[in-house]
Amino acid sequence: MSDTVIAPSQTQRRFPLWRNPILWLFLLLILSCAMWLFQGISGNYDFILMLRAKKLGALICVGAAVAVSTVIFQTVSANRILTPSIMGFDALYVMMQTLLVASLGVAGFAALASAPKFLLETGLMTGLALALFGTLLHRGARDIARMILTGVILGTLFRAGSGLLARLMDPNAYATVQSVSFANFARAQTDVLSIAAVVTALALAAAIWLGPRLDVLALGRERAISLGLPHARIVILALVLVAILVSVSTALVGPVAFFGLIVAGLAHMISNHMTGGARHRVLLPVSALVAITILVVGQTVFERLLGQQATLSVVIEFAGGLFFLWLLLKGKIR
Amino acid sequence: MQARKKILIGLSLLIFILAAISVFIGVAQMDLSDPRGMMILTVSRIPRTIAALLTGSALAVAGVVMQQIVRNRFVEPGTAGTAESAALGLLAVTLIAPQASIWIKMVAASVSALIGTSIFVKMIRKLPPREVLLVPLAGIVLSGVIGAIVTWIGWQTDMMQFIATWLMTGEFSGVIAGRYELLWIAGLAAGIAFFAADRFAILGLGPEAATALGLSPRAVMRLGLAVVAVVTAMVVVSVGMIPFVGLVVPNIIARLIGDNLRAALPVTALGGGALVLACDIIGRVIVAPFEIPAGTILGVLGAGIFLWLLWRPARPSKAAAMGPTDV
Amino acid sequence: MIEIKNVSYAIGGAKILQDINTVIPKGSVTALIGPNGAGKSSLLNLIGRIEPLQTGTIDVDGQNVTTSHSGRLARTMAFLGQHTAVASRLRVSELVAFGRWPHCHGRPGPEDHEKVADAIAQFSLRGLADRFLDELSGGQAQRAHLAMTFAQDTPWVLLDEPLNNLDMAHSRILMRKLSDLRDAGKSVVIVVHDLNQAAAWADHLVAMKHGRVVVSGAPDEVLTPDWLSALYDTEVQVLRYADRPLVLSHV
Repeated sequence: MSDTVIAPSQTQRRFPLWRNPILWLFLLLILSCAMWLFQGISGNYDFILMLRAKKLGALICVGAAVAVSTVIFQTVSANRILTPSIMGFDALYVMMQTLLVASLGVAGFAALASAPKFLLETGLMTGLALALFGTLLHRGARDIARMILTGVILGTLFRAGSGLLARLMDPNAYATVQSVSFANFARAQTDVLSIAAVVTALALAAAIWLGPRLDVLALGRERAISLGLPHARIVILALVLVAILVSVSTALVGPVAFFGLIVAGLAHMISNHMTGGARHRVLLPVSALVAITILVVGQTVFERLLGQQATLSVVIEFAGGLFFLWLLLKGKIR
Repeated sequence: MQARKKILIGLSLLIFILAAISVFIGVAQMDLSDPRGMMILTVSRIPRTIAALLTGSALAVAGVVMQQIVRNRFVEPGTAGTAESAALGLLAVTLIAPQASIWIKMVAASVSALIGTSIFVKMIRKLPPREVLLVPLAGIVLSGVIGAIVTWIGWQTDMMQFIATWLMTGEFSGVIAGRYELLWIAGLAAGIAFFAADRFAILGLGPEAATALGLSPRAVMRLGLAVVAVVTAMVVVSVGMIPFVGLVVPNIIARLIGDNLRAALPVTALGGGALVLACDIIGRVIVAPFEIPAGTILGVLGAGIFLWLLWRPARPSKAAAMGPTDV
Repeated sequence: MIEIKNVSYAIGGAKILQDINTVIPKGSVTALIGPNGAGKSSLLNLIGRIEPLQTGTIDVDGQNVTTSHSGRLARTMAFLGQHTAVASRLRVSELVAFGRWPHCHGRPGPEDHEKVADAIAQFSLRGLADRFLDELSGGQAQRAHLAMTFAQDTPWVLLDEPLNNLDMAHSRILMRKLSDLRDAGKSVVIVVHDLNQAAAWADHLVAMKHGRVVVSGAPDEVLTPDWLSALYDTEVQVLRYADRPLVLSHV
């Protein structure tokens, strides 16, 4: 990711407040959240506000999780075309969920309270993701195309695996698994919202702490090591964060495929344009704000104005897929 | 050529055994002395067996043709937008003219599969020629984009259940006499590919070599695209897309006996038929009396084999890398 | 005889060939020479109808390459380009056999089998005939492609830098075979970079630069210090050895 290598004079340069993208994006976000909460509200205020606030909380968690996990993953893999979901992370989460149901039995699984269940899933997911994608990133570093293709096929394998498992458990109830190939922002699983919010907040704090180290990591493995960064440890920590954040977003709304790609692309563009650099302490908040704003505005438009609850994710998928193809055709594989 | 004969005989035997198993297992007990037993045999079991064989063979052959057209080993109709395009065409006809006959639906699905695949072939010419693995990647994402359009329309029009059967899981439990015959057209298209085997093999040498030998690369490519589109459309319309058959079978056969298509295509066809029939049988017995679609089993099995193909140790010489894809 | 009249060729806005008019004589070995980017390969591609003509005409033995049936042209001329990378997993014998396609269209007779066996023997590929192309070295694969071109057995043979990947011995063997073809009444057109190969084996040279023919004629007329220095923009000396010109440019 050579384009994030920036001259020291640029990184040190103070930029005026009005050029701070975080400020503007934050204002925009407040505006869109207000619109989401109060647009066309009538009747039972408390009830509707509560419902909308819950959904908003889910969107905020998902947006932040997708954006931050994608930016970190792109830095770790030194590649702007990769996202955790393109590499099959969320499919892995879905399959792991199915596996848990299979091993604990439907009744046993349902008996678990939602918070411990979520923590168990996230923990398992982190272990699996580290084992699998840590190896893949290590082995595939020289052949990016093969690594991406492997991730895509792993994703297919996990999805097909979940489908097969679900049918083996209960041949009639396969619809539940079939329906999770796209995210559904309208029907967020708000029962795990509070624990998800806590986990997201912790992970975000860790990501911000990691920020300057990620800046060094972006210079490449050799230089990072020669600058004294404990490279292997930082990579593992970054992958752990990615796995946790993907667990959050997948648990809440399902797999999101190309959303992260768009968001990370936009975040890099905005922060390069406005601050003349791409330091992670700017990049991470910007990407999160962009992601949440897109989700909130998009969901307001689709759910309230167009009356189509389920289609935002499909539209994002479509646009993200086109964006990915465009990147490929422009030869921007790295 | 000895190896080829052995494989050919082995596969034929395997198919014979599989077909026998396929005819005699199922939920309904069959007694051939009883007219009802005969009916199960002729209306359900035999058509189902034939449908699985036809689907597998035709998809495997379509995979080979596709790989020769784009000169890349890692593509197949399921990862090049072909199946999704066929579904889009089918969806359009179903919405615009719900009363249209099956023939019109078939033609619409074929034509739109043809258009989608042509877009893929045009698109990959713009990819950096040395990056062999970008071609399947672009194909998979293009499939996703077209699939997103199909899903969106499906949601708007409440047609998701049809789309799920066309695209997600090919299965043969719905096959009875009178409802699978379109697959013979897929078989026919695959047969045409056999007669043009040498032409496709020459196209695989590259457009320069084809022109030098007096062939029109464009004409051969059009024929190939037509074969791929028709096969895929027929499969999508009648049983639903079955993933990875067109990819793993041709790759394994090419490893065993090479790409001289005239010799390899019959083996590939038998291999595809055997694989799909075997998966259908597994799906029928594993959770009997329920069924698991053959497409679901192949999704897991095929993805696994694909990963192995991707990461297997390189062959001795550096020339093992695939050629450029400048079609 | 190949007649090239008023041929110009452009890719995008770049003019690759400009107003080429020349005649390549029958029954000879003709070498296209010139610096990188002179348009040699483009011209050979146009003669071999690999790329369609934009302006002008090219006739090979009186057959217009644009209007004549491509299958018939394939029995008049064989072409081997530089891009020989083959994705297919073919055996050497299978690849060479495809050289007979223009004659037999997939139904080889005794004569076809004989020609294929002969071509395999000529390029000392007998021991490799059952090997897959992707198991060969670059030079062995190049010889397999050359054997395929020879198996096509046409009056004209067009080769674009055929010495690529070949060692000294096989380069010499190939050039000797080309002159044998000429002695058997056939005609050969090659693009070569090694001027001394051209000096030693060619009867006719076409020197190109910036998409134009600078000079053409017998080696003794073209391979002079003046022409070559102008052609390559560098000082070139020409000695004589074994009654042929010997070009020296490295000192």
